[in-house]
Amino acid sequence: MNYINKFTRIICVFILSLLLIPSFNSIAATEEKEPFNPGTFIIDHILDSYGWHVITYKDKDISIPLPIILFDDWKPVVFMSGKFHHGHDSYKGYALGFTENTKNRIVKLNGEYAGYSGHITEDMVDHIDSEAKLIDISITKNVCALFISIFLILWMFLSVAKKYKANPCSAPKGLQSILEVLVLFVRDNIAKSAIGPKYEKYLPYLLTLFFFIFINNLLGLLPIFPGGANLTGNIAVTAVLALITFFVTNLSSNKSYWVHIFNTPGVPWWLKIPIPLMPIVELVGVFTKPLVLMIRLFANISAGHIIIMGFICLIFIFGQMAPAIGYGVSVVSVFFYLFMGILELIVAFVQAFVFTLLSALYIGMAIEEHHEEHHENTAIETTNSQH
Amino acid sequence: MDLMTPSFGLTFWMLVGFGILFFLLKKFAWPMIVGMISKREEYIQEQLSAAEMVRQDMGRLQAEHHKLLAEAKEERDAILADARKVRDKMYDDAKTKASEESRKIIEEAKKAIHFEKMKAVTEIKNEIANMSIEIAQSVLQQELSDKKKSEELVEKLMQNIDLN
Repeated sequence: MNYINKFTRIICVFILSLLLIPSFNSIAATEEKEPFNPGTFIIDHILDSYGWHVITYKDKDISIPLPIILFDDWKPVVFMSGKFHHGHDSYKGYALGFTENTKNRIVKLNGEYAGYSGHITEDMVDHIDSEAKLIDISITKNVCALFISIFLILWMFLSVAKKYKANPCSAPKGLQSILEVLVLFVRDNIAKSAIGPKYEKYLPYLLTLFFFIFINNLLGLLPIFPGGANLTGNIAVTAVLALITFFVTNLSSNKSYWVHIFNTPGVPWWLKIPIPLMPIVELVGVFTKPLVLMIRLFANISAGHIIIMGFICLIFIFGQMAPAIGYGVSVVSVFFYLFMGILELIVAFVQAFVFTLLSALYIGMAIEEHHEEHHENTAIETTNSQH
Repeated sequence: MDLMTPSFGLTFWMLVGFGILFFLLKKFAWPMIVGMISKREEYIQEQLSAAEMVRQDMGRLQAEHHKLLAEAKEERDAILADARKVRDKMYDDAKTKASEESRKIIEEAKKAIHFEKMKAVTEIKNEIANMSIEIAQSVLQQELSDKKKSEELVEKLMQNIDLN
């Protein structure tokens, strides 16, 4: 790496750390020391939030406030999440949900509290406007992490592409050489082997998919900003990815794919007529495939985060009993954390690989001119879905 | 923002973000990277087959070279052997010639020496004869100057002369 790159990096870190400054305004002093609750702690991490909590220092939460963008009856409302003071205040009649079923959502207050900015009180519960048409496209923690990862991926691949353009036939260097291995892996071991000769059309999507999942999995393992968001362990993200795979699969499917669904060859006729058992199973399979993709990635990554957070929480649970036990347990916990961290590195890669491979397999099945090998593919598919 | 319900905001941004990411990468990154990788693969393949061809050529050339070398060696050996023979012959010839020559020279020298010896002997003989004549002359001159002694000598000579 040359000096200019190092310099840019230092500048970036500096600018990012400037983001922390306004957050000091939003530090809320905790009134009383609540007992440490690992459940909420972990779930708060797993879920999305309106601000990016960085660190709690001397009982003060330091977090990066993120913009809240609402469409209230199609009127845009934009303000920073710091105005909520971690859910203690309302702002212009909007507040973080403070009842059980509005938790982690933005609610609109009506009646006397419409447009009210100030401390949230008990009697506001009756003034939550459940009829309000709020469309919430706030830049939450995960959206922010999404943007960071998109910029990171774009920077990585555009700079690498530039390098390829500059010296086409020379040996790869630096970032280029590690990315090239992965690109080749996706091309040869995923796209070519699962889709076959027509793989080139789908390669950009598979590459984008693989690197998006892989890099976000890795960023999620970083303990502190700009990593640490549970992006690929969020069901919205995996749902979108699975949905894209679903559309790509079905929009590129050919006739024989549907023939196989509605009139599966090699199956006794009485499974099709009079009760169309096999067609129903196959048709359900069309939807369960992306559904399983969505759940698998979400569950694997979330579970990894939960386990790692669990080990860290152990230190504080025991530390609350007596600091000495906490220190003692920390040794074991850190050891387990290291073990899980390494396991999660593998999981990060494997999940990206599995998601991409299965997407490629589904696409391959949809565009394949079916002959005898169809049944082999179904076998592969069923074994993979059990992963 | 429940665990299992996708939130609208994130879904929206995810669609937008992933879409933008996909189109930017598809337009500016993947064609370069994948294209250049396959181009380079082709290039490497070409280079490898070229290298293979060159290697085969090299092998053939080397075999030829070896053959040539072996032939050259053989020829050299033959030439060397010939040269050695010629040298030996020349050496022998020279040797015999030289010994003959030397023998001749020695003979001539011997002849010359003999001749010189004979000449010297003859000269010495002549010298001695001359000297004896001179001596005799001087003796005779002395003897004859004295009348008594010359008569004695004549008498002695007369006695010595055997008249038979």
